Amino acid sequence: MSNSDKVKTLTEAVSHFIQNGCHISFGGFTVNRQPMACAYEIIRQGKKDLHVYIHSGGQTLDILIGAGCVKAVEIAYGANGRFAPTCVRFRKAVENGELLVEDYTNYQMTLRFQAGAMGVPYLPVTSGMGTDIVKKWGFDAEMRRKDPRLPNRKMIVQNNPFAEGKPEPVVLVPAINPDVTVIHAQQADYQGTVRISGLTFADVEQARASKHVIVTCEELVEPGVLRAEPDRNHIPFFVVDAVVHVPHGAHPAACYGYYDYDAQHLNRYRTLASDDKTFSDYLDEYVFGVTGHEAYLEKIGTEALENIRAVSPYGYTPGLERG
Amino acid sequence: MNDYTSRELMAIAAAREIKNGDIVFCGTGISLLAAMAAKFIHAPGAIIFFETGAIDPDLREIPLTVADPRLMFGSCVNAGLAEAFATMQNPFLGPRVLGILGAAQVDRYGNLNSTCLGDYSKPSKRFPGSGGACDVGSFVGRTLVFITHERRRFVEKLDYFTTPGYFDGPGGREREGYKHGGPACVISDKAIMRFDATTKEMFLDRFFPGITPGDIRDCTGFSIDIHRAEPLEPPTTGELDTLRREVDPQRLILGNG
Repeated sequence: MSNSDKVKTLTEAVSHFIQNGCHISFGGFTVNRQPMACAYEIIRQGKKDLHVYIHSGGQTLDILIGAGCVKAVEIAYGANGRFAPTCVRFRKAVENGELLVEDYTNYQMTLRFQAGAMGVPYLPVTSGMGTDIVKKWGFDAEMRRKDPRLPNRKMIVQNNPFAEGKPEPVVLVPAINPDVTVIHAQQADYQGTVRISGLTFADVEQARASKHVIVTCEELVEPGVLRAEPDRNHIPFFVVDAVVHVPHGAHPAACYGYYDYDAQHLNRYRTLASDDKTFSDYLDEYVFGVTGHEAYLEKIGTEALENIRAVSPYGYTPGLERG
Repeated sequence: MNDYTSRELMAIAAAREIKNGDIVFCGTGISLLAAMAAKFIHAPGAIIFFETGAIDPDLREIPLTVADPRLMFGSCVNAGLAEAFATMQNPFLGPRVLGILGAAQVDRYGNLNSTCLGDYSKPSKRFPGSGGACDVGSFVGRTLVFITHERRRFVEKLDYFTTPGYFDGPGGREREGYKHGGPACVISDKAIMRFDATTKEMFLDRFFPGITPGDIRDCTGFSIDIHRAEPLEPPTTGELDTLRREVDPQRLILGNG
């Protein structure tokens, strides 16, 4: 395969790398760099029984859960800041017993991806000893036994073997190696090298931990562009399997330096998502009712997109109506 | 006499807890109001950082989540979660950090629930989950907790134990393996509570204008010592002006209530 073969359409990338029942992680954090375009395509292709790994899931996670694509989630946080104190469809699914959930902390999830990326079975951390994060499991022993991708225990508290004579408990958190990770970045090149602006969150660890990686990007550039300033790059091309050029691919979340979050849309989503019928209408209008992301953006409209255009040097839209 | 909302009062009461030179771990919402107000009023040297990896950003507008692009501008370093949490777990830096947390439930020892109500396997109400809260409550030198003052929130026993406070009292943190830390205070919409140095139990320290110590006893779901309490010094015009004009002029977090 030549490197340029990595450039795919969203339809190709999703159908090729995302299978029913696969273990998948999504980059971004609450309302920033959410791989929304990919999430919409996953829904359109009717993917089912996904096992999702996420630290702070926002819009991507919520819409995938709402659309019935997710069977289980390992998570630290399901909220969208002021736009949803708890993600609406996530909350409903958990309260209705329709979703298997196992809770970790944000650092624990980060270290689990890091362990997967490093190729070690676990990493130690000193958060959570004695809490229900350690004590209460979301997945039972049988589920763990059935799926070889799951560790046989949630986490383990063990004394530091280097501190002999005095007990010094640490928590061991198991590595994650997803089948596929999807991230949305500002720039990628034809070979697959990725440059993220603003905060990286845990995207780099997530990508490196994963068997396959799909990158959607605002700008698809020639390799020479990113290689001219390699200090600013985050993921080397050989980690990445598919590169998809999707401008505004994080909408209605933000993409630092390119556009702000669409506060009106997120507020509207929260309202519509709180009722099954109106949520179904939302999916019909914005996901099933469009052929792809270009058609989605036409529906959002140029005026709405212009309103959230990021302003240099801030990277967001000063004075944006956010109420 | 000023007019002010309870949210403004909470933000200012919390801002006063922040010292110049503190490294402040901030979530969004009211914790950010408190940290920004402190920085503008009396603690210009306070460093605000976020679990997402933004360190000391130039906050021109109030962020609405910890992944808001507003906290990526003008920061000293834009990093990621790994660096932010390692800073708090770090033995030299962690003790200098003040962590500001919110919760759905708190018990008398300052342990927190932000995960769910009812049985974990099928909760009657699901909240966002730990996020970084359990990490922060585990790692940092001191924490400050925001919570609405209701009996169902100040509970004898948490439905789910998300974030460590003092566990079951003196020596609890040490027994579980924590080297330092624990909650310094709980700020509700009615009062400031602190923790007894010996028993590690919550006591009423300051009650807000219009509230009596008896009110606090009545809306707390466990027995609480109210005998050391004094009235809170009301917010000054200067504090309110800064909060309203500089921190949140659009009242995105302050609200209109």
